[in-house]
Amino acid sequence: MSAAQRTAVVAPVRRRSVTLGLSATGCVAALVVIALLVLAVIGPMLAPYPPGAIVTDDLFGPMSRAHLFGTDYLGRDMLSRILESARYTLGIALPAAALASLTGTSLGMLAASAGGLTDAALSRAMDTLICFPSIIFSLVVVAACGSSVTVLILTAGVIYTPGCFRIVRSIATDISAKDFVHAARARGERSPAIVLEEILPNMVAPILTDFGLRFVFIVLLLSSLSFLGLGIQPPYSDWGGLVRENLDGLSSGAPAVLIPAICIAVLTVSINLLIDSLPSRKGARRG
Amino acid sequence: MADASAATGSGTIRVSASHSVVLGLILRRTGLSLLLLLTVSIVVFAGTELLPGDVAQIVLGQSATPDALAGLRLTLHLDQPAWHRYFTWLFGLLTLNPGESLVNNMPVADLVGGRLGNSLLLASLTTLVTVPLALLIGITAAVWRGSPYDRTVNLLTVAAVSVPEFLFATSAVLIFAVHLHWLPALSYAADADSFSGLLRSFALPVGTLAVAIFPQMARMTRAALISTLGSSYIEMAVLKGVRPVRLILRHALPNALGPIANAIALSLSFLLGGIVVVESVFNYPGLAKLMVDAVSTRDMPLVQACAMIFCSGYLLLVLTADIVAILSNPRLRYR
Repeated sequence: MSAAQRTAVVAPVRRRSVTLGLSATGCVAALVVIALLVLAVIGPMLAPYPPGAIVTDDLFGPMSRAHLFGTDYLGRDMLSRILESARYTLGIALPAAALASLTGTSLGMLAASAGGLTDAALSRAMDTLICFPSIIFSLVVVAACGSSVTVLILTAGVIYTPGCFRIVRSIATDISAKDFVHAARARGERSPAIVLEEILPNMVAPILTDFGLRFVFIVLLLSSLSFLGLGIQPPYSDWGGLVRENLDGLSSGAPAVLIPAICIAVLTVSINLLIDSLPSRKGARRG
Repeated sequence: MADASAATGSGTIRVSASHSVVLGLILRRTGLSLLLLLTVSIVVFAGTELLPGDVAQIVLGQSATPDALAGLRLTLHLDQPAWHRYFTWLFGLLTLNPGESLVNNMPVADLVGGRLGNSLLLASLTTLVTVPLALLIGITAAVWRGSPYDRTVNLLTVAAVSVPEFLFATSAVLIFAVHLHWLPALSYAADADSFSGLLRSFALPVGTLAVAIFPQMARMTRAALISTLGSSYIEMAVLKGVRPVRLILRHALPNALGPIANAIALSLSFLLGGIVVVESVFNYPGLAKLMVDAVSTRDMPLVQACAMIFCSGYLLLVLTADIVAILSNPRLRYR
């Protein structure tokens, strides 16, 4: 086969510019997301006070020069608490989203390439999982297994696997019907090679987009769990847990209640705006 | 591949008299839902009862006396095989007698009964508020798509979709109860005797829930109408000079109604997520609050019953969405 003939049937992997064709909103959102990720890693080093230390008698103190984000229900510095808790919010949601994406992608590819009974069995299993509203599923798991970090990561990972599975399966099914896949098959390439070299490279963009969406859902789910008092248990806490422990300050309008909630919103809204402004994506849907 | 439609559970259907075909599709879809509900019940039961440890030990904790453990094992029928317990439990659920609460020894049915009504009330009030608003915003955004109005709506709804419900709840309390003193704060007065009192006590929970599910609904409505506006018969209508208002009301909307209704039923299923947080924040005596409390006291029979009710409600909404889609889409009848 000549080189010209080969290029005609090679998978169309697109190249992107540095800004990924993002809009201004998208660029700002991307910067915010990167900044938050960096903060989660180096945050505790920047904290003005030790995060667990009670530094003032002023409970639910207002924002001030000494305490930029005010103080919490025990008189601890909120800024230090938020920097510390970022690790739990991001550090649990990231592996959970990665787990969901990995399992969803591998099972989705398997279902699409194997077809037949494997496909039917996997699809029905995913259908069953999708019947659980995510928060109800996690409540049942927490009731049965408690809420250690491992349990939370596994639960969130399992809950969001079917969404990824469905998307990957349907895109992979579409792609395997395309000419360049038929060509590869005609060349005599084996199925694993076709999956890895022809199909997967064309799915990187949708899979990454989906990963971002799953990550947002998982942050929201885990924050809600913590807010209900059923997520990460004290003395550790994530941003949702910070909202809960300071809820008593709500009636006095303490910043300690609102600021962690706003942090979550900044993270999730930025990711969603970033995804929404990706050129490949029109009309985002939740699911 | 040919079976891309497998997700809806439909196979190949011959082109024939449409009514019986549609009925068949709906029956098949309903049957599938019932089957899924059965698998859900197995997952819920297995998840809560077939743990590696011992349920009695988990419920009572490490410091339980052997006597208490033995007593609870007997109450939970842990001496019987798992399949036997599952069928007893399933039969109990179906006959509205899902056992007794472990914490206060009351029948689960009594505990759930009143709470379910309260939650349904909250959900229906929210639906009443949200649906018209979401339709209005979604349709206008679709009609003026690309305009600054549409872009603003888009930005706001993307943002609102990704904000945790408790941020809405706490900010609403802060603004309306703490600063403006318009509404009662974190309390729910079930015995409010006047209409305005009732309105005031429901305003914050319903408002929060509405804000939580509204963006999703508006976005899906917009998407549904836009996909109709993209079809060639609409282009034809534009080309022959139909005026915009008539184009939307007479040509586009009737065909978009199905997808829109489908979108609304689907977004209503997000109510379930929101209601858990909202009931907890506002101390609303609903089913979700009951379930959260049951989870923290590890009251397994209560958790199981609540989980089954929520999953059934969720499946019912998704089923409704699918049936609406089947009824409104002639193409589904001849596939």
